Amino acid sequence: MTLHTELPPQEHGPEAESDPRVKGTDAAQWRLVWRRFRRHRLAMIGMVVMVVMYLVAIFAGFVAPFSKSSFNAEQALQPPQLPKFSTEHGLHVHPSVGKTNLETMNLEFVEDETVIIELGFFVKGDSYQLLGFIDADRHLFGPKEPGERWYPLGGDRSGADLLSRTIYGAQISLSIGLLGVAGSLVLGLLIGGISGYFGGWVDNLIQRVIEIIMSIPTLPLWLGLAAAIPPRWSSTFTYFMITMILSLIGWTTLARVIRGRLLQARGEDFVMAARLDGVSSAHIIGRHLLPSFASHIIATVSLAVPSMILAETALSFLGLGLRSPAVSWGVLLQDAQNVQTLYSAPWLLIPGIAVVLAVVAFNFVGDGLRDSADPYGRRD
Amino acid sequence: MVRFLVARLLYAVPTLLAISIIVFAIIQLPPGDYLTTLTATMQEQGQVVDEAFLEALRVRYGLDQGFLVQYGKWMTGMFQGDFGLSFQYSRPVWDLIAERLPLTLLLGVATMLVTWLIALPAGIYSAIKQRSAGDYAISGLGFLALAIPNFLAALLLAYVGFLLGQNVGGMFSPEFANTPWSWAKIVDLLAHLWIPVLVIGLGGTAGIIRVTRANMLDELHKPYVTTARAKGMPEGRLVTKYPVRIALNPFISTSGWHLPAIFDGEVIVAQVLALGTMGPLLLSALKAQDMYLAGAILLIIAVLTVVGTLISDVLLALVDPRVRFGKA
Repeated sequence: MTLHTELPPQEHGPEAESDPRVKGTDAAQWRLVWRRFRRHRLAMIGMVVMVVMYLVAIFAGFVAPFSKSSFNAEQALQPPQLPKFSTEHGLHVHPSVGKTNLETMNLEFVEDETVIIELGFFVKGDSYQLLGFIDADRHLFGPKEPGERWYPLGGDRSGADLLSRTIYGAQISLSIGLLGVAGSLVLGLLIGGISGYFGGWVDNLIQRVIEIIMSIPTLPLWLGLAAAIPPRWSSTFTYFMITMILSLIGWTTLARVIRGRLLQARGEDFVMAARLDGVSSAHIIGRHLLPSFASHIIATVSLAVPSMILAETALSFLGLGLRSPAVSWGVLLQDAQNVQTLYSAPWLLIPGIAVVLAVVAFNFVGDGLRDSADPYGRRD
Repeated sequence: MVRFLVARLLYAVPTLLAISIIVFAIIQLPPGDYLTTLTATMQEQGQVVDEAFLEALRVRYGLDQGFLVQYGKWMTGMFQGDFGLSFQYSRPVWDLIAERLPLTLLLGVATMLVTWLIALPAGIYSAIKQRSAGDYAISGLGFLALAIPNFLAALLLAYVGFLLGQNVGGMFSPEFANTPWSWAKIVDLLAHLWIPVLVIGLGGTAGIIRVTRANMLDELHKPYVTTARAKGMPEGRLVTKYPVRIALNPFISTSGWHLPAIFDGEVIVAQVLALGTMGPLLLSALKAQDMYLAGAILLIIAVLTVVGTLISDVLLALVDPRVRFGKA
């Protein structure tokens, strides 16, 4: 580990006064990585976005104005309602009711200007359980009068508030990426570790198997496996099955990276020294090899999360992943399957924006980590 | 070269075998067997269930026997051109696939070509003009392209097309759908093809741009480039003659992996844009547990991928002598 700290820093950014060479010669590897990471502006922005998204997902009940199951069928496909401001009522909206125009056969929403729904912060509303066990009914924002409805980003097909549903959807969509990658990581570490450390025919066999798995198009394979999940299973169980499927197929890239790194590290002098000292294989792997490229693995993992999020979205979108009543971004996007619906209700694509945001944020963070984790890294 | 080819071909055989076993295991996964699903569908449609017909099927595909026997019958059947029956359509699986295979291949090949045509120049340009406005624009667009799920891109393009009053769904305009091939029909096909090609190629293009750019940057800073430049070699010739050629190697060797990605995209995009390719067929077969149809499509997609990888390996061997002699 001290090997890395003696290296001169690679970059002299604008913050050269915090140059690790000056005051950080004995800093731990992690601090050096963090220092380099902080200079990566896009990665920092990505991380802030990521942290905010996860916080919103964790405190979904509080942030979302309504619970995920509250809806009003009369306001299906309600267009977004922008809050208005007046000194008398503060922030408010007018309720509107959908009526089918008999000439054009389009659903039209007419605002009833006589009725006023006042909006406010920290209001009482639908009850929920914060973090899954604290009963609460306060919401960050929403209509002041409990029971009244407001559609800041429009309503979905069932007449539920799309913003609330998107916020609740983050819980599943964001966690499935992490869990799926965690599963892949375990498999990848185990199999890639065995392959890279022992080499020889074991390595050969494992590499051939990985090549076979990689040569199968993933989506059809996912679809095939997901189609085998009986529709009558509970959402929770389906969720875990989907996570397992994602990690079952996603481990190959990780295993390859880990193997490659191990093969490279195996020839290093410090490994040879440890072996000559009579250190056991397990100890060499766990104590000397893994720490030397843990940061690199973390970078690879954070780049794998977005593909998992995209995969879940795609599966659910095609109707073979999670199903309603489970709420994920993919499930929400199912409403937006065809152009006609989109034409009358373009806001149904909003969960898609959440997907793009999450994926971009993860990619930025992953790229930043990869650049800063590698002490010999190329900077381009 | 011949030895390399033979070894590579021999190696494809166990791969294909393993894939076929995986595919068969997957289509066997859902509970309930083929015959019960078939009977249920026939009864739903009010058809009379003919016991003798069921019995014939049972014997033909070994449905009352173990996994291995069924797998064996499935494989031998396929070598004789019998891909099984689709109960959804009550037609031989091969007929259904044969209808859609040409368009699927056309879409795949077109996507691949367009991807290369866009990605290679863009990647090379962005490496040569590193940190220029053009480089940032290309990299930024690439980031976005990687992040947008392709069904979302398809929906957005379809939506924009719809607003502009263009018919974007399908591969043909309604008036050409059932006519024989003619120049007008081909023109019509091309007019429809560009949207799915762009959408499916989006992610792959961004990926290739990144790889090409990184490879080029590696090469451009090597001493031999400096030497050549110092000796007064014109910049254009210098770049195309050496770094580009070397930077292409890893790209060729991974081009086989882009094929699975193209099929991935095809399934989703074809579903959104209602294309007459194999994707929607696979999706409905999987949902209805039409096992022989789903299995045959999965297998064909996998075989095409393996063949694609094979081709890319051979290409790499042609370009790079080190590969031919097993040294790289």
